[in-house]
Amino acid sequence: MNFYLLSLIKTAIVVAVLMHTLAYLQWIERKVIAHVQLRVGPRRVGPHGLLQPLADVIKLITKEGMLPSHVSTIFYLLAPFIAVTFALISIAVIPFGPVIEVGGVRTGMELTDLNIGVLFILAISGLGVYGVALAGWSSNNKYSLLGGLRSSAQMISYELPMALAIAAPLLIFNTLNFREIVAKQGFYYAKFIPNWGIFHSPFPQILAFLVFLIAAFAETNRVPFDLPEAENELVAGFHTEYSSMKFAAFFMAEYANMVTVSCVATLLFLGGWQPPFPAEYGSKYIPSLVHAAAGLLCFYHAANPARPLDRITLPVFGVLSLGIAGLFLIPAVQPILLPLFWFGAKTGAILFLFIWVRATLPRFRYDQLMRFAWLFLFPLGMLNLLATSLAVALTAK
Amino acid sequence: MNSILFLILAAIAVGCGINVVLQTHPISSALSLVGVMGALAVFYLQLGGEFIAAAQLIVYAGAVMVLFVFVIMLLGAGKERKTKPRIWVRWAGPPLLIFFVGAVAYVLETGLPPSAPVRFGGFDGGTVEAIGARLFTEYLLPFEVTSLLILIAIAGAIVLARKEID
Repeated sequence: MNFYLLSLIKTAIVVAVLMHTLAYLQWIERKVIAHVQLRVGPRRVGPHGLLQPLADVIKLITKEGMLPSHVSTIFYLLAPFIAVTFALISIAVIPFGPVIEVGGVRTGMELTDLNIGVLFILAISGLGVYGVALAGWSSNNKYSLLGGLRSSAQMISYELPMALAIAAPLLIFNTLNFREIVAKQGFYYAKFIPNWGIFHSPFPQILAFLVFLIAAFAETNRVPFDLPEAENELVAGFHTEYSSMKFAAFFMAEYANMVTVSCVATLLFLGGWQPPFPAEYGSKYIPSLVHAAAGLLCFYHAANPARPLDRITLPVFGVLSLGIAGLFLIPAVQPILLPLFWFGAKTGAILFLFIWVRATLPRFRYDQLMRFAWLFLFPLGMLNLLATSLAVALTAK
Repeated sequence: MNSILFLILAAIAVGCGINVVLQTHPISSALSLVGVMGALAVFYLQLGGEFIAAAQLIVYAGAVMVLFVFVIMLLGAGKERKTKPRIWVRWAGPPLLIFFVGAVAYVLETGLPPSAPVRFGGFDGGTVEAIGARLFTEYLLPFEVTSLLILIAIAGAIVLARKEID
């Protein structure tokens, strides 16, 4: 098939899925935090608030876009654009599954297969700082400026441990290509322990994984490192002066960054789309089992409804889940759906961790944040890198 | 395809480069410089230097320029005032500029040995593996000496920047 046509189709699919993920990630976040805090969360718009993201988007689009009179207009308008562009670009090099064949066309499940994929992600994430820094500066507002400065300082500082944490598994895998990295994690020790990055010989990268995760929280300005938008000190930080879609752009950029770092963590440390135990022990039935259990749970709760509407909504979701469970059993689509399921499950687990932490931990003080990065995370990443290189050098043939 | 891309990027690079000098606000100049570096990174990529392209973005656009912008913001540097150029600058400047550009072009055209034109995709020594192998074998000494130099510079910066203890 024509390269351009194929790329267009793949881009359309990835963009559609990514945009829906971003919208619903926010819904999931509100729901999860609500349940952690013993509330119910959004549930007015649509069944269980499922149409809440749509309502939010309509509200944000139709809201008047204010342009304060004291801002540097060009940079003020440019900043959200930069932030969201660099946040969305990185998804182009993330592979979601192996090379598949659909209707005689062989293609990899990613937009582009770069042989410097990891470096590309690092480069793009480094450029994302400009959006936040410019937003803070161009707003001509002390809270925005402080937020922007805090954010850039924090992102520069945490980029170091993050890069060190990425470098250690790269020493083991010996490649910068995401597809090859995942291929090297597709085996099992003693036939059931997966040799994912966190378990990989000669030096398991659990420490690097933890350093990477912590740095990722800081890079994406998430709790407990969300100092740039600490509302009790800085109003809303760098986006104080932004409203309507310009504000939504920053919001989207934050969630897109979260999705990207979760994908990178999955690819480097959690084996990408490789199942956690081999197919001969039945790992290909897990997706069907999970969905069937979810469907049956829906039917059970529909039979004992807590709310009158549940009698109608829950069976619909039950039938949907059972349908998906059946879909995973069809051998023709299994090579496509199973890798996507495992990739989605691992990425989703890390995203859930992001939300869970936000619901649990309080915010750092700024000096604590910096001391933590330079005096703990950085040396730890360095030690891990040294130990890994030693192990790799000693076991090299 | 490659030539069209090159022309577009060359226009962007030169435009941004001129903009660095023309802008009156430091932030605008700094961002134009980022544009130049981004265009340069794509040039490297076109010529087959993929590692150097990524390093250009990570180190220059991502780290050095962010620090520049950071410092400009911290210092709160405002707009520069444009002064009126002196009369002899206004009259002698353009001819001198044309003369020097012409002189450089003439020397480059005649003084250098004729070389084969650059072919896009004709070079494959820019991969990470190739550069790593060269750095740790052929250029090991310069590489180590440079890193030592940077280490000394860092130590010097710390000594200069530390607070005096009474």
